Amino acid sequence: MNVNDDIIISVRDLSCAYGPEVVLRDVGFDVLRGEVFVVIGRSGCGKSTLLKHMIGLLEPVRGSILLDGRDIVTARGAQRLEILQGIGVMYQMGALFGSMSTLRNVGLPLEEYTDLPQEAVDAIARVKLSLVGLERFGHYMPTELSGGMVKRAAIARAMALDPPILFLDEPSAGLDPVTSAGLDSLIRSLAETLGITFVIVSHELPSILSIADRVILMDDGIKGIAATGDPRELNASSQEPEVRRFFDREVAERGAHRPARRPGIRPATTQEARP
Amino acid sequence: MQHAQHNTPLPEGLPEGLVIREEAPGVLTLSFACDLDSATVAGLWAPVLDSVRARAAGADTGSGPGAVRLEFTPDCYIDGAGLALLVKLRAEAEARGAQVTLTGLSESQEHLLGLAGQAERVASQKPHDRRGLRVLIQSGVGDILTTSAEIISYVGECALVLWDSLRHPERVRWKDVLLSALAVGVESMPIVLLIGFLMGLIMSFQSVITLQRFGGEIFVPNMLGLVMFREMGPLVTAILLAARSGSAFAAEIGTMRVNEELDALATMGISPVRFLVGPRILSSLCMVPFMVLFFNFASLVGGALVMLSIGFPLVTFTSRVFDNVTGTDLTGSLAKIIVFSLLVAGVSCLRGLRTGGGASAVGRSTTAAVVSGLILITIADGLFAVLFYYLKI
Repeated sequence: MNVNDDIIISVRDLSCAYGPEVVLRDVGFDVLRGEVFVVIGRSGCGKSTLLKHMIGLLEPVRGSILLDGRDIVTARGAQRLEILQGIGVMYQMGALFGSMSTLRNVGLPLEEYTDLPQEAVDAIARVKLSLVGLERFGHYMPTELSGGMVKRAAIARAMALDPPILFLDEPSAGLDPVTSAGLDSLIRSLAETLGITFVIVSHELPSILSIADRVILMDDGIKGIAATGDPRELNASSQEPEVRRFFDREVAERGAHRPARRPGIRPATTQEARP
Repeated sequence: MQHAQHNTPLPEGLPEGLVIREEAPGVLTLSFACDLDSATVAGLWAPVLDSVRARAAGADTGSGPGAVRLEFTPDCYIDGAGLALLVKLRAEAEARGAQVTLTGLSESQEHLLGLAGQAERVASQKPHDRRGLRVLIQSGVGDILTTSAEIISYVGECALVLWDSLRHPERVRWKDVLLSALAVGVESMPIVLLIGFLMGLIMSFQSVITLQRFGGEIFVPNMLGLVMFREMGPLVTAILLAARSGSAFAAEIGTMRVNEELDALATMGISPVRFLVGPRILSSLCMVPFMVLFFNFASLVGGALVMLSIGFPLVTFTSRVFDNVTGTDLTGSLAKIIVFSLLVAGVSCLRGLRTGGGASAVGRSTTAAVVSGLILITIADGLFAVLFYYLKI
């Protein structure tokens, strides 16, 4: 692992709300440079909300989010633009621009922010595509790519400006286990070889256990962080009920008692007794 | 069906396997030895609930709230409909103060009943209205102010983008402008020409029929030229632009919103107005003058056809048209269409940018784009009429 001790992301006293509905209350954590940091938790616990605030799409009620020492919450104009150039984001569905080829999608940030000639932009975009294993698909339109390829291409686009931080929203969602494992291995190798800090939102257990250096477990009950640490240690030894519920895949509260069989299905003996 | 002895008759027509009896006054026992699925529950729902409603409250005996016992045999099959009946039975009985006991359910069935019961309790609770009148007014006013601020900011950003395009044409994404111009102008040419031709033909034909009675058909070319160049050309072209290209702008940008592509632009620090709206407005501005000219030409061809058919030579038609149509009419027409196209392209892109989530939101944005475009065209046309009157154009 390529984790340094210095903090690259620092979230302090972050409170977020949609109108009157408070989603996160006084959340605080640090992400170390070069680590793969995963935000985990059940659906609806505020993972994506946290991510959207960290990448500046939503404004928090209060709190600060320092990305490489600069607060994205208060930054405006050129300062904000500078912060945004230091991050890359992969959205859950890829969000590739449908009117452009994969190569142009990857090259777009370079076209916008550099004075490189088109030839150089294309060459860099091809390098980024080859890093994610899509070097032969540059001329494909996004609709011609499979789900896994779209996500890889989105990672390549997020890496276009070589940002030190990449945010990935549910990278494994909707992918088959083999493709998902391939994507996990790509993330791990990019983190280790390029020293990129990854902040990933996920609830895919196998993926979390294979890629994460550290996780925070979000919980909608406390509207914040229920646990933090190495996911393998949490899985092996934590006795916190929220942690156990997540890692043991139990259904919270009402589902604490798991049904022995599905009541809508008749037992075999009864089936036979039916006329 | 078996009935015990009662003062009040129990419901008839219940399926085999269900026994309702009253062992003591106010103590009602329902024994289910049948399946409780969607087929049986349909017949059971009303009579079973009626009997529980009547007897759980001790209505017929006057003994006050009683008890309801629900018994099930081990092979009793219960699906979602059955669960709904049991939840409803229990809720009705408990609402009347009766004790409800269930026996014979399997562990998993009890678990599922617990889950379903909780859902029923949540559903029966009155939604907590956190929004009083004052809050509603405040949020309504807040929404209006926010929307107004967004529109002002959007108009300002569009103006800046256009100004920047003039000052630094090298920064414009000309490839996108060209692609958009193809869609807005070139691909719309057949419909523009067709509508123009038909309008010229129909207007001339109708006018000729009326004016022939007074021997005034010679004035048809004068009327056609003026009407088409001054009014109908820019108006109908703008309506075609709103219907054909405005809706496409809103749908394209709205779909990008739904697919998180606008979020992706935002996190790249790229302004959606510069990246998406700018090329579309520029392409509209570039193409609409040609569209108007082609529309006017097609309408004159339609008019000429009518005049030729009633025996006027082509040279008479053309000379009468161009004797009456002045350069001011043409420039006025072009000024109108430039303003109309700015309004249509601008409002359509704004509707696209303000799209909510889901496919239906894209549909709503598209509709709103066309409607807003038409309203703005009408208002602007009215203002132009007043302006031209005062300028004596």
